[in-house]
Amino acid sequence: MRLALLALGAFLALPALVPTARAQVMDPEPLPKMRWSFDGPFGTFDRAAEQRGLQVWQEVCSNCHSMKEAYYRNLTGIGLSADQVKAFAAGITITGGATDDSGQPIDRPALPADHFRTPFANEKAARAANNGALPPDHSLIEKAREGGATYIAALLEGYRDPPAGMKMGDGMNYNIAFEGRQIAMAQPLHDGQVTYSDGTPATVEQMSRDVATFLTYMANPEMEQRKRMGVRIVLFLAGMTVVTYAVKRKIWSDVH
Amino acid sequence: MAGLHQSDFKNPVLNWFDSRMPILTMMQKEYGTFPTPKNFNYFWNFGALAMINLVIMIATGIFLAMNYTAHTSMAFDSVERIMRDVNYGWLLRYVHANGASMFFIVTYIHIFRALYYGSYKAPRELLFMLGVVILLLMMATAFMGYVLPWGQMSYWGATVITNLFSAIPVVGESIVTWLWGGFSVDNPTLNRFFSLHYLLPFMITGVVFLHIVALHITGSNNPLGIDVKTPQDTIPFHPYYTIKDSVGICVFLLVFAIVVFFAPNYMGHPDNYIPANPLSTPAEIVPEWYFLPFYAILRSVPSKLGGVSLMFGAIAVLFVLPWLDTSPVRSARFRPIYRQLIWVLVLALFVLGFVGAHRPEGIWVVLGRVATAYYFLHFLVLLPLLGKIEKPLPLPESISSPVLPRGPGGGGGPMPHGATAKPMEKI
Amino acid sequence: MSITSSDAIPLAPGHAGDATTTKRDFLKLVAAAGAAIGVGAIVWPLVDSMNPAGDVLALSSVDVDLKSITEGMGITTVWRGKPIFVRHRTADEIKTVEAVPLNQLIEPASDQSRIKDGHAQWIILIGICTHLGCIPLGNKPTDPRGEWGGWFCPCHGSQYDVSGRVRHGPAPANLALPPYAFESDTKIKIG
Repeated sequence: MRLALLALGAFLALPALVPTARAQVMDPEPLPKMRWSFDGPFGTFDRAAEQRGLQVWQEVCSNCHSMKEAYYRNLTGIGLSADQVKAFAAGITITGGATDDSGQPIDRPALPADHFRTPFANEKAARAANNGALPPDHSLIEKAREGGATYIAALLEGYRDPPAGMKMGDGMNYNIAFEGRQIAMAQPLHDGQVTYSDGTPATVEQMSRDVATFLTYMANPEMEQRKRMGVRIVLFLAGMTVVTYAVKRKIWSDVH
Repeated sequence: MAGLHQSDFKNPVLNWFDSRMPILTMMQKEYGTFPTPKNFNYFWNFGALAMINLVIMIATGIFLAMNYTAHTSMAFDSVERIMRDVNYGWLLRYVHANGASMFFIVTYIHIFRALYYGSYKAPRELLFMLGVVILLLMMATAFMGYVLPWGQMSYWGATVITNLFSAIPVVGESIVTWLWGGFSVDNPTLNRFFSLHYLLPFMITGVVFLHIVALHITGSNNPLGIDVKTPQDTIPFHPYYTIKDSVGICVFLLVFAIVVFFAPNYMGHPDNYIPANPLSTPAEIVPEWYFLPFYAILRSVPSKLGGVSLMFGAIAVLFVLPWLDTSPVRSARFRPIYRQLIWVLVLALFVLGFVGAHRPEGIWVVLGRVATAYYFLHFLVLLPLLGKIEKPLPLPESISSPVLPRGPGGGGGPMPHGATAKPMEKI
Repeated sequence: MSITSSDAIPLAPGHAGDATTTKRDFLKLVAAAGAAIGVGAIVWPLVDSMNPAGDVLALSSVDVDLKSITEGMGITTVWRGKPIFVRHRTADEIKTVEAVPLNQLIEPASDQSRIKDGHAQWIILIGICTHLGCIPLGNKPTDPRGEWGGWFCPCHGSQYDVSGRVRHGPAPANLALPPYAFESDTKIKIG
């Protein structure tokens, strides 16, 4: 081990000898610490926050962002009843999902078995409507970004006035959480943007956390079942380890 | 010679079966009464753990394949359908994805065990080389499996790794086109990778079988690295090592379960939850953690062919390791200098792992080069020299009497003849 | 391997006393039972993954518009991947099937029990022959409809009447009825 420790020391000393090459310009600010109800091995989703998040997502985000992998029926997982899901879906119009008798595509109200509506017909249409930028799909956004829910909330809360002297690209917005700090999406949430039916004040922070909770559920609909199973299985295996080790000790007791 | 096998089984049904096909007798001999050194420590669990892991991977893989679609337009969505709609699909996929990582953890520890206790030395050279073949097959399988979800990392990982072959002079480009079945990584590539990803585990199973055959000819090495001399040195595999392996299996499954149920994406990369986009490379592309040291070796040389050769050389050197190490003593316990160097090697590999995870600039380049240099220095220079200059500590007389000058009793143990100690051949 | 363990392997020397043996056996039993439970718990998710998935179960109802089906005509639609026969029966056909004495049938069932009250002109059936799963002919006017004017299975010659009841073997049972309801006089919802 002595030699290994010496080598470790040498490896650690090396950085001091070599100057860092890259200037750290416009990296995003480190993510703030946030606490979530779904953290930890026993964490569960906050149903009320999920449902508020759905409202924000539907009223604001869904105008530009798709959620292709999710179905309306998945909303039973955030505490809506089957009838509520049906009613929610019925308020949304799906274009081109069905045809009339002559084979022409028609609009129809969505069903629980439908995927979430995609706001733009294709990528070109999406870019044309968004200053050339493509709003990313939201089905897996929590898993597809370093930092997950915290990143989503930090991004939504991260809009600031650009520092003096910073050259912003055309139509770009300054955001301290975004890579390069220039984001094409204009600030989507403002205080009082939506009216929550449960009376919660709709601050930017509240809406950001709610929509991040909702999107975390949408990316991990299995999470509560997974953690519940996990606790049971870990306890079972821990017990099995103890029993097996006891049997091992017994069997080996006559070996010298 | 034809004729029924004389089976010792008392149960008439088992006896009838065993007389006609004596696999029960064989299992009894190889896993029941098989004389095994009695001084294994828990490092000797890892072969069995790797075996269990292989079974888990094949079982979950078969059921995943029932729901997976190997087509660029559907692969990503079909994986998401598995995660959301297939009953327990999320469990199958998380077990399979994290199972790959567990497989490499277990296998790397298994290899460390072999290096530390000199399990690669005569007469176990072939056994060790078969193990390296398994490692290579595992790497190919893991790489192709990672392509299947068709996320950003899948796509760009496939692009970068297949492009390694373009470093081969003259025919490189043609080989890459042949691998792709086109002019970029695309649907033909995905489809063949799926086919091969399904095939290779069964080839691994075959080589594992050969690995075990070779093991049961030479018998296992042990922490002292000395040969079995008397029957007192051994105990039957069952129940002693079946139960000891079971303890290890429980702990292994416990760790596995904690990862799968509470941190299933910890070892993955967020970018692979973004569908593949052939027109946009992610800002940082890194392979799965178990390839990072090799990836770092690849990048430590500023020459395409040089980097690729070095990376493959890092594995190739293991094939000749039994002949590079000139010391007649197996276990590092009795090799004062080697015992230090093996930890330096481990450290170098960890450093390479961290280097592989960072952009090759500044300090990381230097660290990568130093660690790469040590890796090859260790195997190609230090090990051959060490056999000549190192003074090994005195070896114990036998396994059953490690402290006494002379062991009780004499005569050959139940081990096959080939297990007798022999000085290593010099190169 | 456990088969071979108990009788064939001699234990190492120095067998412990009775009390320890009992304790060891009990521990072994617990360990073995735990292992059995563990293997079962591992196998079940694998087996269950082959059952219908969420998206398959979600697509479970279809609407059929009856307006365009004229008297004597039938159409075939699809529900859960199975053909569904929807037939508009004539008054004569209804009279004939209602008059059949039940003791003449292979699987006795009244026509009344196979339709919805007040909608005797509509028969809705799962169009799969109860013999070996072929699709019987008879929806198109040009199809053979068999001796009883209903459906004729081309595979092995089974024949059904306009109530979908089997009248001639080898099929053992009447055509099955899907769950459905009339949403209006001209529209049904299957499933």
